[in-house]
Amino acid sequence: MVKTGKLKGWLYLLPAILFLGVFMLYPLFDVFIYSFEEGYNFATQSFFGTGIYNYSYVLRDPYFIQALKNTFIIVIITVPLSTLVALFISLGLSSIKPLRELYQTVYFLPYVTNTLAVGLVFMILFKKTAYSDGLVNMLINLFGGESVDFITGPYAAKMFVMCFYTIWVVLPFKILILTSALASVPKVYYSAAQVDGTRPWRIFYKITLPMISPMIFYLVITGFIGAFKAYSDEVALFGTDLNSAGMNTIVGYIYDMLYGNSGGYPSYASAAAIILFVIVLTITLINLMVSKGLGSRS
Amino acid sequence: MNIVLEHLTKRFPNRNKKLGGEVTAVNDFDFEIPDGTLVGLLGPSGCGKSTTLNLISGLEKPTEGRIYFGGSDVTSLPAQDRGVGLVFQSYALYPHLTVLDNIKFPLENLRGADKLTKEEMNSRALEAAKLVQIDQLMERKPSELSGGQQQRVAIARALVKTPRVLLLDEPLSNLDARLRLQTREEIRRIQRETKITTVFVTHDQEEAMSICDLIVVMKDGEMMQMGKPQDVYDDPVNLFVAKFLGTPPINVFSGKIKNGMLYIGKDVILTSFDLTEDKDVYVAIRPEGFIPDPNGPFKCEMGRLEVMGRDVSIVSFHDNNLNDSGLIRSIVDADDVTDLSADDIRFSLKPHKVLLFDKDTQERIRFEVRNG
Repeated sequence: MVKTGKLKGWLYLLPAILFLGVFMLYPLFDVFIYSFEEGYNFATQSFFGTGIYNYSYVLRDPYFIQALKNTFIIVIITVPLSTLVALFISLGLSSIKPLRELYQTVYFLPYVTNTLAVGLVFMILFKKTAYSDGLVNMLINLFGGESVDFITGPYAAKMFVMCFYTIWVVLPFKILILTSALASVPKVYYSAAQVDGTRPWRIFYKITLPMISPMIFYLVITGFIGAFKAYSDEVALFGTDLNSAGMNTIVGYIYDMLYGNSGGYPSYASAAAIILFVIVLTITLINLMVSKGLGSRS
Repeated sequence: MNIVLEHLTKRFPNRNKKLGGEVTAVNDFDFEIPDGTLVGLLGPSGCGKSTTLNLISGLEKPTEGRIYFGGSDVTSLPAQDRGVGLVFQSYALYPHLTVLDNIKFPLENLRGADKLTKEEMNSRALEAAKLVQIDQLMERKPSELSGGQQQRVAIARALVKTPRVLLLDEPLSNLDARLRLQTREEIRRIQRETKITTVFVTHDQEEAMSICDLIVVMKDGEMMQMGKPQDVYDDPVNLFVAKFLGTPPINVFSGKIKNGMLYIGKDVILTSFDLTEDKDVYVAIRPEGFIPDPNGPFKCEMGRLEVMGRDVSIVSFHDNNLNDSGLIRSIVDADDVTDLSADDIRFSLKPHKVLLFDKDTQERIRFEVRNG
């Protein structure tokens, strides 16, 4: 009886296991193998030898170093900042009554808008053309500043646009999650705090924040993972030749290695993918440890 | 400190916006809660009890009328400046804080001259915890406590800032039957010890009757009657109050007064009383008003005998009975029960347990029984 029960369980799981195995686990495993096969060629299915050469090549490739640096900057700036901004906007949204739905819709628009379309809008805002310096530069000029070339100019300017854009794109989802988290905090806690004469900041710090902290951790963890995998946003702003723009990311580097102009190096791409995997895994584990530590302390 | 409600009215906009208009949750409340008493606001759900409590606490602002605490007008004072301790129906303990931190929470809010040191806070929290007998549980989280323990923590948190008024919103409704009995005694004891004017809301009349100094019976936002529990029970002003108080509930019959005699159906159940005008009435008889008596004037169809612990009750039927359950329940002395095999049972009635109400207004019709 127990045995047939177990068999049945496996049988029900079979479709999922099969699909996951074929389309997730096997490719993952394969990538891992490729990353140790030197000079693997798709067409001939051949390689020169095995070893860690792919890794040493990738880690010494200046384009990869640049991509790594860009990715880390994007992650470190956008994840905390977007979470914080989303929290403020959510708090604002949940404390107003009139027009709340309108604001919610407005804040949610970027989520339903295509990345490339949004990228186009940002080009108009930031790009210098023969006719205009872009809307943002017009504003800068208005306050007496010099025009900055945000798209093809200095690295800091490009990175600023990149982070600004990333934050703007990830905000809606975070606002959505946080407003529902805020709404799920029982009103009675606030009534209790009110009767006890608790000041607003203390209410936020002592009641609201601990109550929604699981959601905040969820957003930080998924935010980190998402930001490490950034690529399409960069393409939307700076075009497909990210290496020459100096704005490539790790995923962009992997893509270029597979299909880009310089393409056809699946071994290097695999090695870079494994490096990314290890980074994301490490950061996520650290996140989980931190959130557990905070959870048990408070 | 006494609490005076003066023509207190609270209207809410109708929740169903299509209907529009307003809902009156509390209508023209005008009564005084004396200093140091335990007062129960009693009524069915939706009668405005909790709204009244929220008005006293300051969480809601009244539409009209005024509230006085010990002579001073607190109507426009926000909740935190009224010095009230409020225990919520769901307790509202902060789940991420320990019992100690929960109890200390109100103290940590104090600023300026009232600000306490850490040691003072801890000792006051411990004092409050001791009062409700949870001082061994200080390091636990609310989720690690039973319902009764959570309730005590909530009371301790309300008491720790030594409020002028303690308000309890359905404090026993989330507890099981045994714990409810125990906790209500506990509330009575704490109130006696602290002598804080306490208002507590309940829909359970037994709860209110058992521990309150005074009860306020409410219906649809109107105050029906206020008084000592036993007085209200013995002398209700209308049919609603009579029906609301008492377990088992009062038995209601349609009856009439004719030629100075009170009829239920064909039976003349009372004769020598001072009402002369002929009219239709509701006759309400408390379960303890029946005495089985083979020669009694009131004949009912025999149902069954129920023995529940010390109580012996007779279930019987009568065509004129208006009880929702369709049956008459009388609590009798076991010695009086004689013949159970007969189809009918006859009762004589204790006149002071028989209450008359006007058929139209449902107001009480008082009468005196003439001796002899």
